[in-house]
Amino acid sequence: MFLAYTIAGLLTLFVYSFLYKDNPFYRLAEHLVVGVSLGFGFVYSFQQIFIPFCWNPLMEGHYDVLIPALIGLMWWPRFIPKWAWLSRYPIALTMGFFSGFSIPNTIQASILVQVQHTMLNFAGTSPYGGSQALYIFNQIVIFIGVFSVLIYFYFSKPHKGALGHISKIGIWYLMIGFGATFGFTVMGRISLLIGRLQFIITDWLQIVH
Amino acid sequence: MKTTIPLIIVLVGGIIGIIFQFIPHEFVQTINDEILNYFRVLSFFALPLGIVSILMVHTGKIRRKAQHWQYSIILILTIFFMIVTGFVFGTDRFDPRLANYGWNTIFMFMFQQVQIPIESTMFSLLAFYISTAAYRAFRARSKEATILLVASLIVMLGQVSVGQMIPIIGDYIPVISNWIMSNPNMAAKRGILLGVALGMLGTSLKIILGIERAYLGRA
Repeated sequence: MFLAYTIAGLLTLFVYSFLYKDNPFYRLAEHLVVGVSLGFGFVYSFQQIFIPFCWNPLMEGHYDVLIPALIGLMWWPRFIPKWAWLSRYPIALTMGFFSGFSIPNTIQASILVQVQHTMLNFAGTSPYGGSQALYIFNQIVIFIGVFSVLIYFYFSKPHKGALGHISKIGIWYLMIGFGATFGFTVMGRISLLIGRLQFIITDWLQIVH
Repeated sequence: MKTTIPLIIVLVGGIIGIIFQFIPHEFVQTINDEILNYFRVLSFFALPLGIVSILMVHTGKIRRKAQHWQYSIILILTIFFMIVTGFVFGTDRFDPRLANYGWNTIFMFMFQQVQIPIESTMFSLLAFYISTAAYRAFRARSKEATILLVASLIVMLGQVSVGQMIPIIGDYIPVISNWIMSNPNMAAKRGILLGVALGMLGTSLKIILGIERAYLGRA
């Protein structure tokens, strides 16, 4: 286990060495991780996608899987200029189907549900508990927020007069949102940093038990 | 042949993609699931394309003896090492021959002792850089920057126990932090999400109708 921890610990220090400046140790770690993740991704996809969804059905006599396999092979002439146009077929199939596939799902999940939850419903109760007055207040806060942010992103008319005032409120909401996201991201990164330092001090070097 | 047929495929595929979402009949949903499985197979065949692309870039660097070309050799060797060890020794978490010792297979060893530490360290590096970015962004020079600063400070303090140690307001910090996250923050995110969703719908329609063709490339 010490060997494994030593490798992981040294690689951790290699990456942190970038804080001083770009150096050969950092570059080594950088190229290693690209190679490992690419190789890992390929082997794992082979086992998790190709074998169960292509190879096994083919062995069981479901020859219909040859259709996507053959269309999939059409990706590969991409590097041969004369035949590169063949790769347009799998691209077109993927783009077309998933563009269509995403339309009803986007309308449902990202528009209808979001609008529904933004609508003021003073008769409802908070799923998180708390007083009814606070629930109504929060609903008003969310409604004003969504409305003003949408107005801020409405560029068809100049933001003057009432439109300007509402879009100003939208900017404040956006600033709160960006600030909160920033704070959340910083704390996530800090916790990762603490995790790495804990690994070095406790698991690898065993300075603290 | 080179442009018209792909555009017809996009149109037909798009219409099928939409229609299948509106027909809950078991037969249609079975076909829908089958098509999604087909796309899994299709996506797998795109993966070697990425690997060949990166191999071409790095063999080119080695041939030209470009700056830092030596690292390209390491990258190429690592890709092949992972592929060979994955296929030869398997991808199980533990090597069955060495199970009593709790040893990983070489493939998983590389994943756990090389990929995970490097990736998480790279993400944690951002903690340092984000601090300098914060210094620049948080100089409260305007009302908007002050709002950003206050919101992020409250959220940061709400996540750690130090925040609760602040006299008088300490007890309220996590409560205010949660309130910010689930109300004004959510309102802002929802507004952005609605805009993104409308943009996605527009782009999807443009693709299906053949107005947007950039994805076909110059091939």
